[in-house]
Amino acid sequence: MKKREPRIGVFVCHCGFNIAGSVDVNKVKEEALKIPGVVYATTYVFMCAQPGQDLLVEKIKEYNLNGVVVANCSPSLHELTFRNAAQKAGLNPYRVEIANIREQASWPHWDEPEKATKKAIEIVKITVEKVKKDIELKPTTAPVTKRALVIGGGIAGIQAALDIADAGYEVVLVEKNQSIGGHMAQLSETFPTLDCPQCILTPKMVAAGSHPNIKLYTYSEVEEISGFVGNFKVKIRKKARFVDWDKCTGCGACIEVCPKKVPSEFDLGLGKRKAVYTDFPQAVPNYPVIDPDACLFLRKGACRLCEKKCPVGAIKFDDRDEFVEEEVGAVIVATGYELMDKKEMAEYGYGKYPDVLDALEFERLIAPTGPTFGKVIRPSDGREPKSVAFIHCAGSRDLEHYWPYCSKICCMYIAKQALLYKHAVPDGVVYSFYIDIRAGGKGYEEFVERIRSEEDIVYIRGRVSRLFQVGDKIRLYAADTFTGEKVEVDVDMVVLAMAIRPSKGTFDIVKKLKLATDPYGFIQEAHPKLRPVETLMAGVFIAGAAQAPKDIPDSVAQASAAASKVVSLFSQDVIYHSPLVARVDIEVCVGCGLCRDSCAYDAIEIDPKKKIAKVNEVLCEGCGACSAVCPSGAMTLTNYTKHQLIDILDIATESWR
Amino acid sequence: MRIPYYPGCTLKNTAKNFEVSSIETARVLGVEFEELPRWNCCGSVYGMARDNIMHQVGPVRNLLRVREMGGQEVVTLCSMCYNTLKRANNFVRKNRDKLEVVNAIMYLENTTYDGSIKVLHYLEILRDRIGFDEIEKHVKKPLKGLRVGAYYGCLLVRPLDAALDDPEEPGVMEKLFEVLGAEVVDFPLKTECCGSYQTVSEKDIVTERTRKIIDTAHDVGIDVIALSCPLCHFNLDRRQKNVLEKYIDFKTMPVLYFSQLMALAFDLPLDVNLFEKHYVNPVPVIKARGIIE
Repeated sequence: MKKREPRIGVFVCHCGFNIAGSVDVNKVKEEALKIPGVVYATTYVFMCAQPGQDLLVEKIKEYNLNGVVVANCSPSLHELTFRNAAQKAGLNPYRVEIANIREQASWPHWDEPEKATKKAIEIVKITVEKVKKDIELKPTTAPVTKRALVIGGGIAGIQAALDIADAGYEVVLVEKNQSIGGHMAQLSETFPTLDCPQCILTPKMVAAGSHPNIKLYTYSEVEEISGFVGNFKVKIRKKARFVDWDKCTGCGACIEVCPKKVPSEFDLGLGKRKAVYTDFPQAVPNYPVIDPDACLFLRKGACRLCEKKCPVGAIKFDDRDEFVEEEVGAVIVATGYELMDKKEMAEYGYGKYPDVLDALEFERLIAPTGPTFGKVIRPSDGREPKSVAFIHCAGSRDLEHYWPYCSKICCMYIAKQALLYKHAVPDGVVYSFYIDIRAGGKGYEEFVERIRSEEDIVYIRGRVSRLFQVGDKIRLYAADTFTGEKVEVDVDMVVLAMAIRPSKGTFDIVKKLKLATDPYGFIQEAHPKLRPVETLMAGVFIAGAAQAPKDIPDSVAQASAAASKVVSLFSQDVIYHSPLVARVDIEVCVGCGLCRDSCAYDAIEIDPKKKIAKVNEVLCEGCGACSAVCPSGAMTLTNYTKHQLIDILDIATESWR
Repeated sequence: MRIPYYPGCTLKNTAKNFEVSSIETARVLGVEFEELPRWNCCGSVYGMARDNIMHQVGPVRNLLRVREMGGQEVVTLCSMCYNTLKRANNFVRKNRDKLEVVNAIMYLENTTYDGSIKVLHYLEILRDRIGFDEIEKHVKKPLKGLRVGAYYGCLLVRPLDAALDDPEEPGVMEKLFEVLGAEVVDFPLKTECCGSYQTVSEKDIVTERTRKIIDTAHDVGIDVIALSCPLCHFNLDRRQKNVLEKYIDFKTMPVLYFSQLMALAFDLPLDVNLFEKHYVNPVPVIKARGIIE
């Protein structure tokens, strides 16, 4: 750093009455002028407004300022605003600092103007002291690999992949199941318009499967992921399929001839599939895989009927898991949800009653593509249920035992399922036990209201405390909280709207990418309102129910939003990263590794030969944890050096000594 | 094996049938119940008020008697005694300062209590010490065809730190009845409340509880209910009389202690069961199933 006399300008913002209401801004200005090195100080009503910014630019030029302190709100709001403005005036943006006198002085001490003013002056003083030793910096740059990885091939993943691919960038789409489609493919019809997923999802699946820019890895999982924004390396495990998809024509002869039947995961065990199978008839890709845990040949060494029947010799019994590596610049996590297991709920029978279904099971039962072709029957005896009880919030909104959050979509799909059931069994009786009906969405309230009034469904406001089998009926104990009376009914079938939980794949990816989650395991967004599709890790975005319970419109909207974030990242040839990162004094560092262990971003490595720490400037987020633990003082955070902090402490404690 | 035994008040009166059948069946399995000298009331209901130290003195004093006998553990039969002793024990183990207060209150005793005694229920002895395989060896007359529903009520399984089994889905009695050769019926209301002490002042509440529990037991095809709590027994058995007074079409059901079913299966003399103490006589249904003649 060149030695030069500090010429610092202080700009005190009124923020209307937010600051000026309790802090005497003129006094702050006058005190600021007394600080050595401050050559100019002023106050202005709204510094962040255009005239305020213009004032900053003008005064930098006029007074030839080489440092600026803006005393206003939190730096997370307007630091960037003033750094950009300073740059226009030819001042290095990292010579601009914010003195937060709103959140830290005027707001907490709104009723003590004198103390608030004193504190504001001290904050300005220490910030001026910091600026004096701030060095001029340039943002770090890194190249961008213009290829995206989308993890999860449900509706969110498909939509995100299509949007990025349509923008002209390559996409690697990884799905753990044989086919893309996700939970949406399992649904009967979708609220509130009652389109079937075959009508609206299948075309998107086909588009994703055949798009020249989309590389599809189904029956595959992300094994490892490393790197940083613009430069990720992904290792993908392609699970052994035992069918050579390069040769396979998807004729289905193997499936026809296979003698082994096992419960189908797609039908949640309500139907069967063969040992060689596709998830469902509209699968994309439409090539089968062999389940090694079911196949008679792979388990017992006998059969091989599929091999004999295959006209193109695509059966490959010696197949092994393969690993492929891909390089990408951005990642979208769309790993989705699953329902809480009904076996966890003691009060609803621990899953031991066959006619107590979870909502996805009922969805398969009522779907025209389901194991019964849409005929509603009881799994226990095959009879048509003449009465069904739907239980909302099973495991949700339950502070004591399960999950306190609302699963959001259940009010809607229960209304839909009740409607479909009434159409299938017109003389059937439906009870719907709810806490409140939450139908906040376009056309949602009207949908529920129409079903309530037209379909003759008994909505009872109250929770079900217990259910159990009596003979061939399920007996429910509940309360009607409108009348205050106990309710006891016997029904033929019960449908539980189980709480929506992050999928196992979500938990898995969170670990691999070191993403933050909320207390329930859903992926945490960077900001709940203003950055809803970004994660705290640069270059990693979220779409769909991996973030929170979501319906299809929300998932699709978020997927497109995440895709547009990726596309805007790819529109740059290089990415810029804040230069406020940790730096190592290699003369002092002994390579003890404490800094590496304290780093939450995996940004530090120890050079094994030279025994010194090395910081990856793109991965470093400038948190300062390493500099705090470094025993030798070799690690410092740029513009937050120990010298600066000691100077700041000296000033801050001056009036107390 | 000899083990100190805490009976409690009911076992000497209304639940004499529970005591005799338990002592006799334990003897068959090689376990001698050794009654505590100078035992006093267990406290009857566990004191819920945190500052109610006096309430802990009764149960702790009984545990002191076990120490005086040189015992390490104590067995109980009544679910309520079990619950009260175990929770008082847990309380003084967790709050050593409170234990000091309790000991100070018992200043006339020769020794002090240190929290070392383990409180067990007879069902735990059967499950964990003897084992169901061993019990099966002593079965002479399997309870074939007798459809038994286990009823736990609350005190055996709540709260969690005093529970001897899963609070929502307990299964220890079911396993016992299986090795006794009975046809075990899953009783969905096995942890439902019997009405407890409401039986004293709000008899009608208990009458309705009993009706619901017995009716449901009939609905799921149970012949007899088996349980371990004298208060549950009183409510479910004696209060059937009140149900009958109110609902003429009510179908009664015998309610037994699990130890009585053991005595039947071990082919002990019928008089250890003191069936004359029951309001609903179990003999007809047991005879009908051909278990006794």
